[in-house]
Amino acid sequence: MKKKHGAKLPLYAFKKLEKLVSDNGSSDHEERGEPPVAFLDSLLLGEWEDRVQRGLFRYDVTACETKVIPGRYGFIAQLNEGRHLKKRPTEFRVDKVLQPFDESKFNFTKVGQEEVLFQFEASEDGDVQFFPSAPIDVENSPSVVAINVSPIEYGHVLLIPRILDCLPQRIDRESFLLALHMAAEADNPFFRLGYNSLGAFATINHLHFQAYYLAVPFPIEKAPTKKITTLDGDVKISELLNYPVRGLVFEGGNNVEHLSNAVSDACICLQDNNIPYNVLIADSGKRIFLVPQCYAEKQALGEVSAELLDTQVNPAVWEISGHMVLKRKKDYEEASEENAWRLLAVVSLSEERFQEVNALIFEAIASGVDVSQNTTKEQEAEAKPQTDEEVDAIKNASRPTMVSGTQECPV
Amino acid sequence: MESHLGLIEDSFNESYSLWAREALDELPDNFTITDPCISGHPIVFASGGFLKMTGYSRSEVVGKNGRIFQGPATCRRSVMEVREAVREERAVQITLLNYRKDGTPFWMLFHMCPVFSKEDGRVVNFVAVQVPISRKLRRFRSGFVGGHVGEDCNDVNEVVFGSCRREVCSDSLLELGRVLALDSDVRELEIEEPCEASDVEKRRAASAINNVLSVLTHYSESTGRLVCGKRCSLSGVGHLSSSLTISLGRIKQSFVLIDLHLPDMPIVYANDAFLKLTGYTRNEVLGRNYRFLNGEDTDSLTSNHIEESIRMEQACTVRILNYRKDKSSFWNFLHISPVRNASGKIAYLVGVHMEEGCANQGGRGHGLSPEMRQLGTVGAVKIAVRSSSMAAGPSKP
Repeated sequence: MKKKHGAKLPLYAFKKLEKLVSDNGSSDHEERGEPPVAFLDSLLLGEWEDRVQRGLFRYDVTACETKVIPGRYGFIAQLNEGRHLKKRPTEFRVDKVLQPFDESKFNFTKVGQEEVLFQFEASEDGDVQFFPSAPIDVENSPSVVAINVSPIEYGHVLLIPRILDCLPQRIDRESFLLALHMAAEADNPFFRLGYNSLGAFATINHLHFQAYYLAVPFPIEKAPTKKITTLDGDVKISELLNYPVRGLVFEGGNNVEHLSNAVSDACICLQDNNIPYNVLIADSGKRIFLVPQCYAEKQALGEVSAELLDTQVNPAVWEISGHMVLKRKKDYEEASEENAWRLLAVVSLSEERFQEVNALIFEAIASGVDVSQNTTKEQEAEAKPQTDEEVDAIKNASRPTMVSGTQECPV
Repeated sequence: MESHLGLIEDSFNESYSLWAREALDELPDNFTITDPCISGHPIVFASGGFLKMTGYSRSEVVGKNGRIFQGPATCRRSVMEVREAVREERAVQITLLNYRKDGTPFWMLFHMCPVFSKEDGRVVNFVAVQVPISRKLRRFRSGFVGGHVGEDCNDVNEVVFGSCRREVCSDSLLELGRVLALDSDVRELEIEEPCEASDVEKRRAASAINNVLSVLTHYSESTGRLVCGKRCSLSGVGHLSSSLTISLGRIKQSFVLIDLHLPDMPIVYANDAFLKLTGYTRNEVLGRNYRFLNGEDTDSLTSNHIEESIRMEQACTVRILNYRKDKSSFWNFLHISPVRNASGKIAYLVGVHMEEGCANQGGRGHGLSPEMRQLGTVGAVKIAVRSSSMAAGPSKP
């Protein structure tokens, strides 16, 4: 989406939520009545189907075979033989979770305006508002929802916070809260948002969340959990049990911001410590899964078996959640819970390292410092146009550099 | 809203004879009956015991989805398990923290099971029994394992609020508040397994389910729409699963689903909005060919264009003159699109209808264009069909 004056797009302004579940149990939508536009069923899906009929996608994802793999967890397999051939290549180092924005690389300011579905922002007057055609306020850098032209399921979109600010892939409190509001606005447990950090299979270093609609439960959502702690503001943090990847679950919170800040502070801690991670926002924003991972490092160290590498499955947020997009017919036909488990087990931190990482996270959250203020400034500084030299330096370093074999796995 | 409540009345009255409500009311148990075929999967019956337990009046409950009883501390994973049981059309028994009307939470054993139509194996209702979990039995459980519990049964009227992790009993709401506040402060490591029900409670729930089922079975005999607790057959032509009907039921825009692979391409699903638009009842629509809204002044060229698009497996939008049940005509802004199932094959057609001139109806004036709402419906139907045909059958974590 280029900076073009006079351009227009639909604008959906959401009501800032206090609570995800009100005290008498009803969801916010029930309390405030119907919004003027059904966010998911009419706006998002309508605009998406419109792009289907205009032929903007690289393939019809509903023509890709998919199934639930029999077993206790119900892993989901999809056969998608063409996707990886048509995807844009990853254009940055995979061993650094935070890297400056590089405008010479592919980013979302370069996508055609027809790929952008609508603007998404907080309402100013406190009520949901919809404008079918609103000017794009270039000065205020709108947050937008755009299609993923290589969808992994129906309705696959990208939420790009403040697109024209060219933020690198890096969580900050404000952007995460925006993503959480999108999940709440969709008001459907089968419409989930996901986030991949650099080093955890993000492929574009331009801040974005992904989302799509698949009406089956994800295995990670079925995993039992063990409560670790309750933070101030009643945010409950649990640990996943009996799941191939170790991870944390954030729930509850006296208000949305408590929950959102707890998760984003944990993410900020991970990225500041160069630990790659994935986030799944599930259950309309009521449950958030945070999974640190070390697959890329293991891959660089030659610790991933040839058998797994051959599948060419990159364990990003959706795979970790149990939705496996397979590239070879053989893998699809032979897909089993055991195979899925084996792949995901490689993604996981060791128990020892996971506990270390948890200690870092809890220290960061407990300190209660509002880290967002600092990081936002830093981030803005980084996002500013770089000198030519800097751009060159990044370009030169941009071949996927792996950590050398003698180095310790940083995760 | 009124027409919605009308549907709920009809849902119940069509399946069960007049005396069913009275007989159900005589049962002492706490239970609700829901109808997955109605948009939003609402409660169509709530027992006196249930109303007393939750503090709601019948009119506050009937027509609502069961999620109104959930609250901030309800375990989201348990809610998901119930949702999955509904989608997979199977029974589930699970402990759940629900909330009364006054906002106070209580632990109960939730036991739900599907009620099938004997004729075609379709799920017509779900029955959900709720047995409050009592303190004495829980202590009993932790004290003696496998001991005699039966004798205590009559004594167990006292329901304990708050968390099962602490063996607490509160006499007043004030105290309850204090206990809950305390509880949220607990920081020790513990498995997030809500309190387990005792065998007595489990048996009580199962027997309540049986009671309700036998009443429903009995009172469905006279209507000829026999129901049973076990699926007897699955012979229904164009039978749709609960998971599909529930997903389709969420969609507000008027539409029908057409089975491409059955002779003469019959309509296998019609939503409430379609019935409202055309004036037909569901039974009058299901099984009919999609052309049945056409009449003497319908342009045959338009009609041929639709046929051609279907043959080419392409979506099309037309403006076509259609007729309601009362013979009045209307210009139908009709969009038809092929819909694929999980194996990637075209299985259905979705037909989205919109009366010209009323195109803003439901959009509340300043909403999306009618075209966009139609396309949104197509998308929602595509997802519903794809997702519901993926399942590998019942699975439990």
